[in-house]
Amino acid sequence: MEQFIFWAFAAMLVFSASMVITVRNPVHAVLFLVVAFVASSGLWLLLEAEFLAIALVLVYVGAVMVLFLFVVMMLDINVAKLREGFIRYLPVGATFAVATIVAMGLVVGSRNFGLERYAAPAREAADYNNTAELGTLLYTRFLYPFEIAGLVLLVAIIAAIALSIRGARQIKTPKPERQVEVRREERVRIVKMPAEKRT
Amino acid sequence: MIPLSNYLVLGAVLFCLSVAGMFINRKNVIVLLMCVELMLLAVNTNFIAFSHYLGDLTGQVFVFFILTVAAAESAIGLAILVVVFRNRRTINVADLNAMKG
Repeated sequence: MEQFIFWAFAAMLVFSASMVITVRNPVHAVLFLVVAFVASSGLWLLLEAEFLAIALVLVYVGAVMVLFLFVVMMLDINVAKLREGFIRYLPVGATFAVATIVAMGLVVGSRNFGLERYAAPAREAADYNNTAELGTLLYTRFLYPFEIAGLVLLVAIIAAIALSIRGARQIKTPKPERQVEVRREERVRIVKMPAEKRT
Repeated sequence: MIPLSNYLVLGAVLFCLSVAGMFINRKNVIVLLMCVELMLLAVNTNFIAFSHYLGDLTGQVFVFFILTVAAAESAIGLAILVVVFRNRRTINVADLNAMKG
């Protein structure tokens, strides 16, 4: 059963990752990225990292991917222009990927990291609370890094707002404080001219 | 019983797929950002696998911080992308050559 869940999520992850890099439409790419995140959160659940699995779905899929989707839909991009060179670089990319996978597979394969070297640990008891354990660690040993993480998020907020703010308002609206103190001379001009003669 | 090597190979495959995606989508900044996200996901999977098999929660704390930094990075990256698109009307990497890099 465990094997089946692992292989199902792994197949889903690899399939959606390869769709992310090959589909034509960026919106579809973002949606496939969401599928990839959900699949890997299933794998993380299998590895008993419950808090991070749920945080991945809530924070990443819920916030960051929605941000991506907003930006992709907001920008009016010419997809055909951006696809130029796709075929040209496909052999390079595929060769590189296959070579690197083979090289990495030789290192991290079952010879070095198989069950004989790293036995699978026993499942935690039913009353084990991953969130509580992680929280204890975060608020004791890693308190200062945790505060710095909060600072990083604050800097990100300020930077994103500062980058995307449009400066002063450019909408033309009436100014009430100027309207109440307007004088007659500013609005009406009396022009003196002789009356026209009837022809 | 799933060996640790399965997770590591899966992470390696995911990482290589995203590097290949950077090669073949080199014009589209949005897809490049998505490939960065996929890379971070592969690294996080490795961290969590090691954390589980070595029985050490520090790996999960590390993943927590990586998620934080990745969220900040994508927020700022997308903000830069929007500004660039507003000024230049394009996100093609080949057209962004004002600095002659």
